[in-house]
Amino acid sequence: MDPRLGTALAVVIGVPGVLVGYIYLTEVVLRFVAEKNRARIRPWLWLLPALLFLGLFLVIPTILTILRSFQGAVEGVWSGLDNYAWFFGTPDALTALRNNLLWVVFLTLFAVGGGLIIAVLVDRVRYESVAKSVIFVPLAISTTAAAVIWRFMFDYQSKGTAQTGTLNGILGAFGLGPISFLQVDTLALNTIFLIIVTAWMWTGFAMVILSAALKGISAELLEAARVDGATEWRVFRFIVFPLLLPTVAVVSTTIVITALKTFDVVLVMTNGNFGTDVIALRMIKESFINGNVGHGSALAVILLLAIIPVMALNISRFRAQEAIR
Amino acid sequence: MTTPVAIQAPLARAAARGRRFTGGRFAVHLVLILLMAIWLLPTIGLLVNSLRSSSDIASSGWWTSLFPPKGLTLDSYAAVFRETDIASGFINSLFITIPATIIPIFVAAFAAYAFSWMNFPGRNLLFVVVVGLLVVPLQTTFIPILRTFGQIGIAGEFLTVWLAHTGYGLPFAIYLLRNFMGSLPREVFESAYIDGASPVTAFFRLALPMTVPAIAALAIFQFLFVWNDLLVAYIYLGSVRPENLPMTVQINNLVSSQGAGWELLGPAAFISMALPLVVFFALQRYFVRGITGGAVKG
Repeated sequence: MDPRLGTALAVVIGVPGVLVGYIYLTEVVLRFVAEKNRARIRPWLWLLPALLFLGLFLVIPTILTILRSFQGAVEGVWSGLDNYAWFFGTPDALTALRNNLLWVVFLTLFAVGGGLIIAVLVDRVRYESVAKSVIFVPLAISTTAAAVIWRFMFDYQSKGTAQTGTLNGILGAFGLGPISFLQVDTLALNTIFLIIVTAWMWTGFAMVILSAALKGISAELLEAARVDGATEWRVFRFIVFPLLLPTVAVVSTTIVITALKTFDVVLVMTNGNFGTDVIALRMIKESFINGNVGHGSALAVILLLAIIPVMALNISRFRAQEAIR
Repeated sequence: MTTPVAIQAPLARAAARGRRFTGGRFAVHLVLILLMAIWLLPTIGLLVNSLRSSSDIASSGWWTSLFPPKGLTLDSYAAVFRETDIASGFINSLFITIPATIIPIFVAAFAAYAFSWMNFPGRNLLFVVVVGLLVVPLQTTFIPILRTFGQIGIAGEFLTVWLAHTGYGLPFAIYLLRNFMGSLPREVFESAYIDGASPVTAFFRLALPMTVPAIAALAIFQFLFVWNDLLVAYIYLGSVRPENLPMTVQINNLVSSQGAGWELLGPAAFISMALPLVVFFALQRYFVRGITGGAVKG
């Protein structure tokens, strides 16, 4: 038997045991505290495990990485903004930045636009739940598996040999191709193909949320508009769409952040070659393959800086919701 | 023009319903069925291909084996178990995923209860900070954490990914559970406290049982997130302890360094997808609730 099984069992039973024991222990400890202070101390004891994890794995490392980004390849040697100057002066790094912009624009367009269209269409048919499952299921599998599935879609054999990839097979049936999809860097088309793979996964996410919001729109309102002679398009354009807009904004935030953080698809499908690199992958390569942790840290900080405005939007929306709670 | 007002609406509705059976209605079906076919095609292609012999895979497209189905075999699945470490990768994925799902649920439940039903100064600000941490790119945390793991001598151990996934999963976990716990009826807790229940009793006897739907959604999410994770395992286990790698990293290695053919990649991908697909189809309702609960409702 695998000796690690013992460890895993100990963790699965032991860790919850320890955590539950900890919460009971807090009440024991609080008995020694003056009664009027208990309610003040108790919440912090309940939050302590979470705050430790968040502090040790997110907050402190992020601060250290920000500091590290102002040091050179050798730690402790302060180099001011050198790493950032390197980023903006290196064509390869700028390609990654350009690609991330393409990811943000086109992934949002494909996934949110597609999700909205499908949510509206699927609302009108009886096989709604089947259709939704089909669109939604790619989100449950790993990006790695999705990338393998799509590598096979885009598979390319040199001209003259039998094409085994699905898309080149289809092109071949019309006497076209073959195209080496993942190597076409004209107009960054190969990056667009990688975005399509991710859109295949995330359209279902947008669809599910928009569909839930759509069901929340009062049927009487829509019926009233139709009775007044509004066409289906006008009902959508002037009633449904404006009412969905806040949800579209929420979904877009998530998709934009997904686009900025994109990593797995690019790693598995092209490893960033043929001009498809993105910042998140560039960061890993600089840090762990080229061994320049200063460059890597700067790339991580640039990624963080790109996400902060989106996060700020998210938080202000969240606070507005809390206010009407 | 002379139709009485009272029956105008039903008539219009009938007209609208009639309209739905005409061209527009047909177009809706056509577009949806086309979209479903497009969505399924990539997976079906690789699935059929993974059931063909290696000579077929190399010499012709998967569609040639379809009409009529011929030469389908499980040889590739036998080969992937024989020629790669995918079997131990499957076990590793389980070893990584189960603890990394259970630990954050407990930690998050305590924090969510404090955020929902305890008063303390700075509560809302702190919660906003937690929500903000939701989007921190993991890349900004790797280098300092890797060094710490190295210094305390646990680099490459499963423990590293259990701890890291707990930290990374907590913001969403706390957010989801707090939204649900915070919407439980206040009277329940007030009457419990009047009856002399301690917060611990109220938490385990009332809050936790009532939060089960949200916990189920969270468990499914965290399970899929960790099972499907490539990046975290790639960084913390990747170079140090290759025997601890989950399937995702193994598959990436098959693609990138070993240049494996489709007779190995296809089966490997489907073996790694099996468990998520079972979870998805068995628990889809909770999965959807988790997504809509996390994103629509605040």
